[in-house]
Amino acid sequence: MPAIPLAKAPQPAATDPAQIRNFCIIAHIDHGKSTLADRMLGITEVVDPRNMREQYLDRMDIERERGITIKSQAVRLPWRSGIDGHEYILNMIDTPGHVDFTYEVSRSLAASEGAVLLVDCAQGIEAQTLANLYLAMENNLKIIPVLNKIDLPAAQPDKFAAELAKLIGCEPSDCLRVSGKTGDGVADLLDQIVAQIPAPKGDANAPARALIFDSVYDVYRGVVTYVRVVDGHLSARDQIQMFSTGVRHEMLEVGVISPEPVPSKGLGVGEVGYLITGVKDVRQSRVGDTVTNYNNPTKTPLAGYKDPKPMVFSGLYPLDGADYPLLREALDKLQLNDAALVYEPESSAALGFGFRCGFLGLLHMEIVRERLERESNLSLISTAPNVVYQVVLDDGKSVTVTNPSEFPEGKIVSVEEPIVRSTILAPSEFIGAIMELCQQRRGVLLGMDYLSEDRVEIRYTLPLAEIVFDFFDKLKSSTRGYASLDYEAIGDAEGDLVKVDILLQGEPVDAFSAIVHRDKAYAYGLMMTGKLRQLIPRQQFEVPIQAAIGARIIARETISAIRKDVLAKCYGGDISRKRKLLEKQKEGKKRMKMVGRVEVPQEAFVAALATDADIDKAKADRK
Amino acid sequence: MSALSFYVHVPYCLRRCGYCDFNTYTPTELLHNGTLETVSGDYVDAVIREIELARNYAGVEVPSIFFGGGTPSLLPAPTLGRVIEALRQGWQISEDCEITLEANPDSVNSEKLIQLREVGFNRISFGMQSAKAHVLKVLDRTHRPENVSIAVEAARSAGFESVSLDLIYGTPGESLEDWRFSVETALALGVDHLSAYALIVEVGTKLATQIKRGELAMPIDDLMADMYLLVDQLCEDAGLSWYELSNWSKPGHASRHNTAYWKNANWWGLGPGAHSHIDGIRWWNVKHPTQYTSALLAGNSPEKDREVLTHSQQSDESIMLSIRMKQGIELSTLAPGQQDRVEEYSRSGHLDRDRWEQGFLQLTPQGRLIADRIVRELVV
Ligand SMILES: Nc1nc2c(ncn2[C@@H]2O[C@H](COP(=O)(O)OP(=O)(O)O)[C@@H](O)[C@H]2O)c(=O)[nH]1
Ligand SMILES: C[S@@+](CC[C@H](N)C(=O)[O-])C[C@H]1O[C@@H](n2cnc3c(N)ncnc32)[C@H](O)[C@@H]1O
Ligand code: SF4
Ligand SMILES: [Mg+2]
Repeated sequence: MPAIPLAKAPQPAATDPAQIRNFCIIAHIDHGKSTLADRMLGITEVVDPRNMREQYLDRMDIERERGITIKSQAVRLPWRSGIDGHEYILNMIDTPGHVDFTYEVSRSLAASEGAVLLVDCAQGIEAQTLANLYLAMENNLKIIPVLNKIDLPAAQPDKFAAELAKLIGCEPSDCLRVSGKTGDGVADLLDQIVAQIPAPKGDANAPARALIFDSVYDVYRGVVTYVRVVDGHLSARDQIQMFSTGVRHEMLEVGVISPEPVPSKGLGVGEVGYLITGVKDVRQSRVGDTVTNYNNPTKTPLAGYKDPKPMVFSGLYPLDGADYPLLREALDKLQLNDAALVYEPESSAALGFGFRCGFLGLLHMEIVRERLERESNLSLISTAPNVVYQVVLDDGKSVTVTNPSEFPEGKIVSVEEPIVRSTILAPSEFIGAIMELCQQRRGVLLGMDYLSEDRVEIRYTLPLAEIVFDFFDKLKSSTRGYASLDYEAIGDAEGDLVKVDILLQGEPVDAFSAIVHRDKAYAYGLMMTGKLRQLIPRQQFEVPIQAAIGARIIARETISAIRKDVLAKCYGGDISRKRKLLEKQKEGKKRMKMVGRVEVPQEAFVAALATDADIDKAKADRK
Repeated sequence: MSALSFYVHVPYCLRRCGYCDFNTYTPTELLHNGTLETVSGDYVDAVIREIELARNYAGVEVPSIFFGGGTPSLLPAPTLGRVIEALRQGWQISEDCEITLEANPDSVNSEKLIQLREVGFNRISFGMQSAKAHVLKVLDRTHRPENVSIAVEAARSAGFESVSLDLIYGTPGESLEDWRFSVETALALGVDHLSAYALIVEVGTKLATQIKRGELAMPIDDLMADMYLLVDQLCEDAGLSWYELSNWSKPGHASRHNTAYWKNANWWGLGPGAHSHIDGIRWWNVKHPTQYTSALLAGNSPEKDREVLTHSQQSDESIMLSIRMKQGIELSTLAPGQQDRVEEYSRSGHLDRDRWEQGFLQLTPQGRLIADRIVRELVV
């Protein structure tokens, strides 16, 4: 039997690096990562068959969200190779699946020597998987291509084996074929992991260097830090030090996960495990940082530490102004667990008090917003997302703009905006639609390759600003959901950008100011003034709605004055009903925001800021 | 307390009009195979029992009695007469007490009108709604345009001192010219009182369903505004002057009963779902006729619920009601802040300039069209 009882397996801090294999699984959502992990837990017998449940590791995380958060971030699996008969320790390291977290993905990759590229062979590879694959290849990881779900009737293993072979540069016959569902091929996969992935190398006698590849806040235990030891040794009795901050921490506990957390004496070269130090904030134990020994610190950190930079900004406001302190609390709490989230207070004439928040990307933004709403029971309005602009004024000063309403007024020499390199994978029938969309969004075609007869990879550079607003929704809808998108920042470039203000009766409404390309200013102005004309109720005077670049009006709509606002019906004696209606209207009036003399219901702001996709979603929710 | 008006709610109609959400029922809605006679048999007995409950206030003056509905004119004159008679038992009903009957134009004839006059009615209000057949059809009315002049003539011959007509404007498909025709037709009949109501699409009505399905168009606010200004102009030209937002009359013919509502006077509402107001307390009866009669015939009160108005509710109500009257609101009764908030309306043509100078808030025709908005400014 290839499984080894845990107690008899090589122990943490006493395992020869030659016996260790560290790998991660790169897979798109639903391609079967969790199911394959279940099979691995079963076949290595780290989970008793009586305790086995589907999606074992995922469920553990959810259950622990309510208790102690030790994530199944890196699971230690003892395995006797069916090829050479020797004992090995396999560490399976989890990878976040989305481009926004590329930085974190690359840290998970940096903790491994190899990657299992898992692809559903009824679907083929997706753009985000491709991006992570390239990252893994850049990190010199050994890639093991695996076609999953071969039991499915719709499986096309030959087609996708050819696709993967072309991408990786191997032979189609090198692709393993497994079924996470039936367990077919899983033992062979574990043997291949042992055979193909190199053992970790490190200097056991050097000062300790361990890479932090995840860091999670737990209410009971403080921050739990996941590390991969590169050199030296971390022991339960040590005092440790974070390289970037120089701060010393007591080691309260060190251990491995198998798949329950098991405290150990320490961790040696090549090993993967967790540390608990009593730190209360993930920013003090940051992903990417190097952990070293306080008494014998290293002089050179592992791969240069850099802060993940927020790329997308949006204002978040509580729907009910009284919830502002709650929102602050919720953000503070979230930041304990999300070092990439940045925010600072801002106020808007239209929306009241809120925060300007910076995110790694769109998904990150969505996740944060959803978590704030769900976990703290808040209703939020978010302004349209924008990117960071560098504006150079004629006096030579350079201004960083993260909020369009702060775009400088004076003479502007140039404006720079972030540019991304995007990769889109889709069936070839949609090439035309995709190119048209990218063209509209100021894209520049970099190249196109056929992955197989009917699937293409299309590469474009695009201004990030063109992607942050509903690009993904548009891409999905114009390809019947088949296209996948990935992008990475490649720097800034000058653009012919202007700020468009939206004025109500001559007063600018800050929440609607936008920085757009000059060619699109008119369309934006037309769209926004048109939307607002529909949304703002008539007032007792005429209300002009204008879009303007500086002092120049580029679009105008008018809300004509209201002529009738009275119930002229026969009331009989039911005066109470009429009074109650008035009381309701009084409440409604309190929720009105004043823009100059114009009364605007908050719902109008919310609706004007919504994208088409938001509206569709709201409609679907109502059903 | 020095005066008490009475409202009598008669909750029956032969058919429900498509736009109507009043508390009214057809006989078959109330009883399988029901007829008007079977379903209304003990109704008047119940009303007379409720009158007994009002005895605490016996002896005070009764300025007006109003029979509304539903379609009160469906009941036989002697039956209605029993109610007036019961009131006479507790109160001195003088010659000049205004006793109104709401009537559908096709539910009366000369003979019946003479009887109604005999049992004490001196004022009658017909639900004309429109003089255009296509408008009456959309409104889903049972009567035809020609019923109205016949009914008005007969009422006058029967000796009614005051004859009023109700009109509705803004019906889907009604043009400004259609409306002009209806108003001119009504005025040509020489009536001394006219009510014109803007069509309200009430939830749950057949009209609301037709609009939702796209079979009929929603009434258009701007057109209704023009219609209001037109009826106001035509009435004033014909010597009927406005005294309340939806009501115009010849001098001396303003409805006292109507005025009592808008002046927050005291009245007792008899009948199912009827509302009453006495000295800052409002209460209302159970809605369903069967529930109403069975409560009273079992010796119980038909009251469903009541509210004691707080000081601020009373002042909100007083503003909301009195602003609709020609007399308007005395500026001295408003707080300085309230005056400031509406002052701009005196410059924008919504409040009468001269009356403002004299210390009154009086709505101009344009102002009446946005009365609710001005009320909201006042009551914040
Ligand atoms: N037929 C078949 N279904 C599979 C296989 N592996 C996973 N699935 C199914 O695919 C779906 C997604 O699997 P899951 O493991 O949750 O994917 P993950 O999102 O990558 O973790 C689930 O409905 C699984 O039951 C397989 O080998 N064969
Ligand atoms: C109490 S109702 C009933 C009077 C009588 N049954 C009739 O219809 O002739 C009095 C008046 O209210 C008006 N009315 C009823 N429903 C209305 C609505 N939905 N919108 C506007 N006015 C309405 C009609 O003009 C009606 O004549
Ligand atoms: S006749 Fe009058 S009360 Fe009866 S349904 Fe029609 S409008 Fe309503
Ligand atoms: Mg999963």
